[in-house]
Amino acid sequence: MKSVRWMPSTVILWVVALLYVIPVAWFFLSSFKPGSELFSLPLRLFPENWTVSGYETAWNRFDFARYFRNTAIVAVVTTILTVIVSAMTGYAFAKYKAWWLKVFFICILATTMLPTEVIMPSSFVVVRDLGLYNTLAGIIVPSIITATGIFMFRQYFSTVPDELMEAARIDGVGEFRLFWSIMLPLARPIAVVLAIFSFQWRWNDYIWPLIILTDPKQYTLQVALRSIVGADNVDWSVLLSASIISLVPMVILFAVFQRQIVSADINSGLKD
Amino acid sequence: MSAPSSSTSPTTAAAATAPGTSGSPRKPRRNRAMTIAPAVFIAVAVVLFLLFFVWPGALAVIYSFTNYRGVGNSLTFIGLENYQKLFTDETFYSSLSRTFLYALLSVPAHYVVSLAIAVLLASSLAKGKTSARIIFFLPWLISPIVAGVIWRWLFGENFGLVNYLLRQLGGEGIHWETDATAALILIVIVGTWGSTAFNMLLFIAAIRNVPRSYLEAAQLDGANSWQRFRRITLPLLAPTSFMVILLTTIGSMKEFAMIQALNGGGPGTQNMFIVQYIYRTGFERANIGYASAASMVLMVILVIIALIQMRFDRKRDLA
Repeated sequence: MKSVRWMPSTVILWVVALLYVIPVAWFFLSSFKPGSELFSLPLRLFPENWTVSGYETAWNRFDFARYFRNTAIVAVVTTILTVIVSAMTGYAFAKYKAWWLKVFFICILATTMLPTEVIMPSSFVVVRDLGLYNTLAGIIVPSIITATGIFMFRQYFSTVPDELMEAARIDGVGEFRLFWSIMLPLARPIAVVLAIFSFQWRWNDYIWPLIILTDPKQYTLQVALRSIVGADNVDWSVLLSASIISLVPMVILFAVFQRQIVSADINSGLKD
Repeated sequence: MSAPSSSTSPTTAAAATAPGTSGSPRKPRRNRAMTIAPAVFIAVAVVLFLLFFVWPGALAVIYSFTNYRGVGNSLTFIGLENYQKLFTDETFYSSLSRTFLYALLSVPAHYVVSLAIAVLLASSLAKGKTSARIIFFLPWLISPIVAGVIWRWLFGENFGLVNYLLRQLGGEGIHWETDATAALILIVIVGTWGSTAFNMLLFIAAIRNVPRSYLEAAQLDGANSWQRFRRITLPLLAPTSFMVILLTTIGSMKEFAMIQALNGGGPGTQNMFIVQYIYRTGFERANIGYASAASMVLMVILVIIALIQMRFDRKRDLA
């Protein structure tokens, strides 16, 4: 009797998991079919003639190298700035007391309720008036502050005992050096988790680059992909492989940081 | 628009000069250091907050009373005209109510599915949890645009695998592209699929924090696993549940990218949600004034939703 107790939950778990993986598997396998096979009935799960011609066409027709570079610049630079700014702000919230810190904390909390999508027409005007229209900086700068990152650091730093700070202060360590050489290294695990999440947000960002970038030379991957989807006659053989190509960096990121991602304790975090 | 920007400049100056003074500890001036240090730490965030939240927020209020078209600085105040027009705009109403309907359908779906998967993954009974976990994380890697493309490929009305299988089984293909209801259901499915990983992470962390002793005590008292879940785990998950529901509601209200790739809000404009409506009026029709009025309405709705949910949360804490 006891030996079959694992059966029901295991079966349910794997049926659901199968439902989650089928769309991706079907898409991935289709990308290796030649154009003639994509719509020919009966549909087959596996390609009859495996080919990478779709990948070749997609790679040659679209300037992927450029889109990858643009997206990588945006994702990496924003991530670095996000981690630094979130660490500083979260630290101030956790370890100092002042009425204006409380006020600003509420302001940051409010940004989670009012995402920028809501006020995008005027956000666009602001970015344009700052001279950042159609530049990568126009995507990077507005995305730096995220409530999630700030809350993650705030929660972490509030678990660090105050005695540690007092001891350092008595030894004559200044406030800034205390942060940079003692507290920030302590928070490295949080920095790694936030960096992974921030990279993912920015790599997959769509609406903001769509509004800010008009020159195809500045396009990020997502906007470039959308230009294929938006065409009147979708060229599926190109779209399938182009989409798969765009996933490669995220898959690598996941493979490398799988442990951190899957066990990330983002209890204090909010979605961005 | 100059007022908010000028008020930010002193902060900018402070942010630029202050880090230079770091490293020099001034013990006699401890108290001043304790004020200056946090001010410096938050300075960048304050500047960015003022630039990209307060300034656009204020501009949106101003623009909503003008007929600004996005070029030049010529503003003509037209009073409440935008709002009056908005309240008689059929497209606005239909996109707003479609967004509400979507939120109403997707919030329970997201909640139940991600909680159920989290429970399964945290249970000691199920096998193969590590590999299953990776599968559930797959959608997290995939951008909303690619997610839309993937599901469009699977649910294509004439070429998709799903309709093909339905026809093979003797049924008829469902009109995923031309029937508004089927298209909306598909959006709910894709949205749930895409956000499971994140919500699941929140739930798993919270389930782990449920004290084992409570569950064991209940088991000794003869409570079955459903009773243990219903009476112990679920109440203890309340704070996480609250957060997931709040975030999902806000997320649903601003759903945009995935739908763009999935069906573009189609058929026609029948599944056009509010953010797409704002994007269309503001950018494709360059009617920033009018779009800002729609933004203000959405903003008020979001604030009301957040306040209601917070009030609800507080009430439950007291009980």
